[in-house]
Amino acid sequence: MAITQMIGAHIQRREDPRLITGHGSYIDDMRLTGMLHMSVVRSPFPHARIRSIDITDAAKAPGVHAVYTARDFKAHIAGGIPAAPAFIPDKKQVPTHYPIAETEVCYQGEPVAVVLADDRYLADDAAQLVSVDYDPLPAVMDLEKALEAGSPTAHEGAPDNVAWDTILPGGDIDAAMAEADIKLSLRVTQQRLAPTAMETRGCVAEWVPFANTLTLWTSTQVPHFVRLFVSGALGITEAQMRVVSKDVGGGFGCKAFPYPEEYLSSASSKLIGRPVKWIETRTESLQSTHHGRGQLYDAEIGAKRDGTLVGLRVTQLLDSGAYVGVFGSFQTCAILLGGGCYTFKAVHGRTVGVLTNRVPTDPYRGAGRPEATHLVERLVDMVAAELGMDPVEVRRKNFIAPEAFPHPNNFGLVYDSGQYEKTMDRALDMLGYGDFRKRQQELRAQGRYLGLGLSTWVEICGIGPSAATAPAAGVALVESSALRVHPTGSVTVSTGTHNHGQGHETTFAQIVADALGVPYEMVDIKHGDTGETPFGYGTYGSRSLAVGGISILKSCQKVVEKAKRLAAHIFEASEDDVVFDQGRFYVKGSPDNAKVLGEIAFASYGAGLPEGMEQGLEAITYFDPPNFVWPFGCHICVVEVDATTGAVEIQRYIAVDDCGNVINPMIVEGQLHGGIAQGIAQALFEEMSYDDESGQLLTGTFLDYLVPTMAEMPRYELDRTVTPSPTNELGVKGIGEAGTIAASAAVINSVCDALSPFGIRHVEMPARPDRIWKLIQEARS
Amino acid sequence: MIPAAFEYTAVSSVDEAAEALRKYGEDAKVLAGGQSLIPLMRLRLAQPSALVDIGRIPGLDGIRRENGTLVVGALARHADIQTSDEVRSALPLLAEVANDVGDNQVRSMGTIGGVVAHGDAAGDYNALALMLDAEIVTNRRRHRAAEFYKDIFTTALEPDEVVTEVRFPVASGRHAYIKFRRRLFDWAIAGVAVQQTGSGWRVGYVNLGNTPRRGTAVESALAQGASPADASAQTGSAIDPVDDVRASAEYKRSLAATLTRRALETASAGG
Repeated sequence: MAITQMIGAHIQRREDPRLITGHGSYIDDMRLTGMLHMSVVRSPFPHARIRSIDITDAAKAPGVHAVYTARDFKAHIAGGIPAAPAFIPDKKQVPTHYPIAETEVCYQGEPVAVVLADDRYLADDAAQLVSVDYDPLPAVMDLEKALEAGSPTAHEGAPDNVAWDTILPGGDIDAAMAEADIKLSLRVTQQRLAPTAMETRGCVAEWVPFANTLTLWTSTQVPHFVRLFVSGALGITEAQMRVVSKDVGGGFGCKAFPYPEEYLSSASSKLIGRPVKWIETRTESLQSTHHGRGQLYDAEIGAKRDGTLVGLRVTQLLDSGAYVGVFGSFQTCAILLGGGCYTFKAVHGRTVGVLTNRVPTDPYRGAGRPEATHLVERLVDMVAAELGMDPVEVRRKNFIAPEAFPHPNNFGLVYDSGQYEKTMDRALDMLGYGDFRKRQQELRAQGRYLGLGLSTWVEICGIGPSAATAPAAGVALVESSALRVHPTGSVTVSTGTHNHGQGHETTFAQIVADALGVPYEMVDIKHGDTGETPFGYGTYGSRSLAVGGISILKSCQKVVEKAKRLAAHIFEASEDDVVFDQGRFYVKGSPDNAKVLGEIAFASYGAGLPEGMEQGLEAITYFDPPNFVWPFGCHICVVEVDATTGAVEIQRYIAVDDCGNVINPMIVEGQLHGGIAQGIAQALFEEMSYDDESGQLLTGTFLDYLVPTMAEMPRYELDRTVTPSPTNELGVKGIGEAGTIAASAAVINSVCDALSPFGIRHVEMPARPDRIWKLIQEARS
Repeated sequence: MIPAAFEYTAVSSVDEAAEALRKYGEDAKVLAGGQSLIPLMRLRLAQPSALVDIGRIPGLDGIRRENGTLVVGALARHADIQTSDEVRSALPLLAEVANDVGDNQVRSMGTIGGVVAHGDAAGDYNALALMLDAEIVTNRRRHRAAEFYKDIFTTALEPDEVVTEVRFPVASGRHAYIKFRRRLFDWAIAGVAVQQTGSGWRVGYVNLGNTPRRGTAVESALAQGASPADASAQTGSAIDPVDDVRASAEYKRSLAATLTRRALETASAGG
């Protein structure tokens, strides 16, 4: 019967018809009666003292209803935007991040005033009339200089620029390194990236006077978080506040925490008694939506002459920006995952969070894991080159063996399962590895430079088990579901996760259809409204399926259990004798006399229930997973580098990934396509550039911030292996970030391989043509 | 991303356009396809007091051949030029250049007159006009391209002057255009156009100086029988690139010479 095979079915997303025909419901589609439009006046300086703000002309401008500055908000917004105690508990400095600056601006784009007007045109016109008298201060822009004694500080009066400085020890590194025959060091810059969701941020806040309720429609990945923090700051109860986030045009991590504008629009609505709308422009987005990456690594790897890896030392300077991002320190997981899918005797890390005068950084697709992969995969290739070994063989020699799982890594994180060689062998087969090396040699003789890069990656996702997240992050990142079977058998499921491109409405319905044996079409998935979903932690960290999906499965199981008891009562049989099979309940041996779930549901709302049974058929589950899940895979990139212009052309891109069991292959492939594109984007195109002297952002439009398009992408050659996760009943892992985690290393390894005849060891990202050209010029001279 | 307030008037003739420009004064701008102007206004980098929309003036978008001249109306859109049989036979290089302008949306809206009047050194047509000695015709006079591009984003146009057509000499000999960019729809980091004409090779440079540039030294070398490799060594004297977020000046100089050689080789091989 088809309905039992929804898990694994390659079906189209039920979200797509509405989204691709323009019937989605986004923030900018909203029009409320009496709604005012907010324009945010932002600092043009990376660092300055605010002498005074003159709002006289702006307040008198046509259509303007109010101009508010920090002074107006003080009585209505208490405290700052939280920085989770997350991941690095011993922080030295966490500057208070009030949503709007009063006396000092610390990054370009920091809000200093808001204008409320009848439409956005008038609001923007008036915003230009707000006159702020700034006294520019030295800007802290360079991570290393920021740590020098006597450096200017990102905040006036601060002792230094250190947000944290923490040693993460993973074994006896000195002993491990003593065994090394060779030691190689490498510096890697992880440039700042803008997440560039297609839908920029935006919100509409509506305070209803006398009812004293606040509704905030906002483009977020975490409606419950936003409600928790914004209601707290506004001094209202969660019951007074509702956060709604329906269709969201992409997040990639940058919408996984509350932002100043969500506080400012909410408080403004309360101050003026009318709904207030704010939509972020693209330039505002590039400037003030939290960036990703922004890290500098110094690493040393130790290996034996036979290619055995023994030790890895990593120092991470993490550009925190002007404040500590809510989850900014999560990116220190780059060290915890530093060993990749290899066995090391020890991995030792030091992470330093550096305060600078740039917009804060926070998790962006992959968040720490692309950095970990990039570093170890570059180093493994360097070991191979140094020892004259094939990079494939060095990997093969050091992979954690399939029988070694569950495998605790150097930091005690337990990899749940893996078959690393299998994915690599499949990818090499798809490529035709031997033939490639032959062709590469032939073409080199003609002055053509082909390169091949491997990225054998592993990641931590399914965030996360409270046993791990509570000590590290102070929160139990469990996930909730509420499932209700209606009297005629249709099903509504509310999830605490958030759907902004992941296809939850489809995949979660596939799970429910199978688990309850009801037609897929009868299952409705609700998300993104705190008014109709149980408290949940939202979507990021490739967690929705492995945590939220399992929560839904468990709710289904609870409902089936009750339905079975009721069926036994109806059949006048013992509960043990009732069989539940593909949506039908019957007594063992009498499959023809069956009742479907809808019939049991109808009965559950009626009279004559078993003694002590309440009416209804519903369940709520909070699922706390026993471990993280650990997807892995092997990506291979083949490039040709034009040694005269430095241009890189990707000729092939092969990805063999293993995310355990697959609910919907089409969605998995879609996630990989997008993820790989974002990894290639970092490797070859994107880079947030600032002027070193003035601290001015140089890439404030899509003209200069080079988001690649389909035309720049290769054709992806995808395959997968399936190693079910032992961590959960569905055997699923996560795939939302995998492509991005793997891709930058594959691309840069291939570029470095292509350039190896020139003696070039490493190329920083993005591997721009001019950068490669310069390396070749230097190598030749 | 929202422009400042401006007056707007749509005119139905070139005379009306000139009259409106005089009326609104120096801060007024002509709006044609809007593919450069509107983005600048949205960023408030341009805040014109008024827009004079010439997009509905009839007859300004024609493409025709007059003996040895290809006449392209100012309102001819990139997509028109790209697909015009007249252009493909009279000056195939122009059709190829049009094909490389922006993306589909830009090519469906942007006009040749807009590119010329904007005077951007990165505007692909401008190098072509310069190297081929095209004439830029306005409501008041005819400009030789060599005297038209004055400085960065600065042309010989007076405030009330409206471009009506661009007249290119017909040239259907060997040619090539190489536009080097990191994304398909980007402006060129550097672009090189080469065209063999009755009076020898012509070489033009896109985005390699404050104005479009012509490679006269390369042309002379070719006239004296130099190989593409030797001739392209003369690229440097024609160009004056600057450092920007895309690449260093040093790199652009090397790139321009490489592209010149490749364009000449491609053209020569093309038959």
